[in-house]
Amino acid sequence: MLSFDRLTVRFSGLTAVSDLSLQVKKGTIHSIIGPNGAGKTTVFNCISRFYTPASGSIQFEGTDLTRLNPHQIIGLGIARSFQNVELFSKMTVMDNLLTGLHSLLSHNLLGICLNLPSIRRTEAEARRKAKTVLEMFGLSHCANEYVENLPYGYQKMVDIGRAVMVDPKLILLDEPVAGMNAAETSGLSRLIRKLRDDIGISVLLIEHDMSLVMEISDRITVMNFGEKIAEGVPSVIQNDPAVIEAYLGEVDDVEA
Amino acid sequence: MKRIFFDRRLYVSLLVVLLLTFPFLMGQSSYFMGLVVTMAIYAIAAMSLNLLTGYGGQVSIGQGGFLMMGTYSTGIISSTLGFPIWVALPAAGVIAALVSLVIGLPAVRLKGHFLAVATLGFGLCIPEIALNWKSVTGGYSGLPLMRPEWASSDLAFFYVILVLTFLVTWMLMNIANSRLGRAFLAIRDSEIAAAATGINVAGYKTIMFMISAFFTGLAGGLYAYWVQYISPNDFTIMASFFLLAMIVVGGLASIWGAILGAVLFTGIPHFSDAYVGVTNLVIGVAVVLVILFRPAGLVSLVGLIKPGEKQRSRKKPTEELPVRSLEEADNA
Ligand SMILES: Nc1ncnc2c1ncn2[C@@H]1O[C@H](COP(=O)(O)OP(=O)(O)OP(=O)(O)O)[C@@H](O)[C@H]1O
Ligand SMILES: [Mg+2]
Repeated sequence: MLSFDRLTVRFSGLTAVSDLSLQVKKGTIHSIIGPNGAGKTTVFNCISRFYTPASGSIQFEGTDLTRLNPHQIIGLGIARSFQNVELFSKMTVMDNLLTGLHSLLSHNLLGICLNLPSIRRTEAEARRKAKTVLEMFGLSHCANEYVENLPYGYQKMVDIGRAVMVDPKLILLDEPVAGMNAAETSGLSRLIRKLRDDIGISVLLIEHDMSLVMEISDRITVMNFGEKIAEGVPSVIQNDPAVIEAYLGEVDDVEA
Repeated sequence: MKRIFFDRRLYVSLLVVLLLTFPFLMGQSSYFMGLVVTMAIYAIAAMSLNLLTGYGGQVSIGQGGFLMMGTYSTGIISSTLGFPIWVALPAAGVIAALVSLVIGLPAVRLKGHFLAVATLGFGLCIPEIALNWKSVTGGYSGLPLMRPEWASSDLAFFYVILVLTFLVTWMLMNIANSRLGRAFLAIRDSEIAAAATGINVAGYKTIMFMISAFFTGLAGGLYAYWVQYISPNDFTIMASFFLLAMIVVGGLASIWGAILGAVLFTGIPHFSDAYVGVTNLVIGVAVVLVILFRPAGLVSLVGLIKPGEKQRSRKKPTEELPVRSLEEADNA
């Protein structure tokens, strides 16, 4: 459903992503791994249109993403979470989730001014949807808390929950379990699978937690210095010499 | 039983009744009606500015310019061109909104200090235009303006202003508490996340500017009809500063905060005018104290905040994520 063709991204001299080609298949959990600075987040930021590639193309279900603006991406059914949670920190958890639904709500100014029944009805529907997402993420009890007062693990959940609100076709998760403890990690790993199996959301995942990646991925792409160095199913990647080489010094992680 | 004392609706109803009976409580004194009218005008302008600055995070130091544009547009459309009030007032709002589009289009691409300086420039230049474009604005002598016959007395026009203020307040509250208000807050908190959730950041900044200018222009028009004279000395850059002080002291990102600020700052001169210079001193000290000790504004002291806010618990949730509920969700 999502494919990169020879994607290259440069930042004044530094080539963050070079000549990357990649296919994400519908209904899969596809992981991108690689050492720090490999260019993984940069790939996400190209999909979100925060960065414009120097060359190459990104296609999603036949649409060329590079022609679109950042706010148009979610309309295609691509939602994302951020590596260092990017939340609306002075809004409540509930309002953060409701904002996730922005692209699907009518914004008829006159209707909003007069608080017309149609606006009230869709607002009530949005709240119901938010409540089911809150339940799914175990956040119901802090719906009215301000996000900035929540511990980091909760904030990560809100970040992902906000992306789930629109029932996207593809969700991009950038290191979702970073900073979480073992119990939280296993909970989230079940949740990610649930997103795919029950709601039918395809997942593109960046993660450093190797046991999680090996456990839930259908396919893994390994990047190093902006280039793809390996791709395949977990069992193959685990034993790929190029991958072990790239992770030298982090070998413990791979074995885990 | 105790609940009723904290019911916001009760207080709002009391306030509305007080305002509606106010002229009779005050023996139909034009002075006191004028005081309430000034509060209402500033309340509309402060609420509008709060939508832009408190909610949207876009600092405008030139908002008084839109009030002044509202007075002159009304004067020109009504006196010079001879249109009735129901044309002149909305037109004053629309003209202000269109001008905000012109200054807003480049301004939305500016950030922080640059936006502040650009709007300051606007607030400074409108009074200059009013003084110097004599053929249209009448220069120093200003413009005359007549109220419509059906509301020519102070008492009648007091009610016109009151009803319109209620209406505008209701509309601005609807906007603030809607998906639109959420989008404004989202832009204030993180433009990146806002864009990722589908918010057209530049477009929404433009809309914020226009909504806020529209209602501010309308407020200026109402004021012009109240004093029945348009003067280049009303709503100079000082008005812009006061509006900003009102929302900071009253409470950013709060409609009630804007109203509170407008009432306080319009009321203070009434009590302190006997002592020269005290007004600005009081306001200056208030701004500093609030920024230091009550950044959420005085409204956070009252209980007139959003209904949901009262139930919000102080206690932080436990550090551990509720893994059990994840498991339950799993089995569900
Ligand atoms: N906006 C930017 N301007 C300049 N350089 C950038 C920018 N964004 C990323 N880079 C550089 O591009 C390279 C790839 O960064 P990226 O964030 O994609 O790495 P990553 O694989 O996500 O790493 P990590 O695992 O640490 O998150 C790094 O060298 C980084 O410094
Ligand atoms: Mg990264």
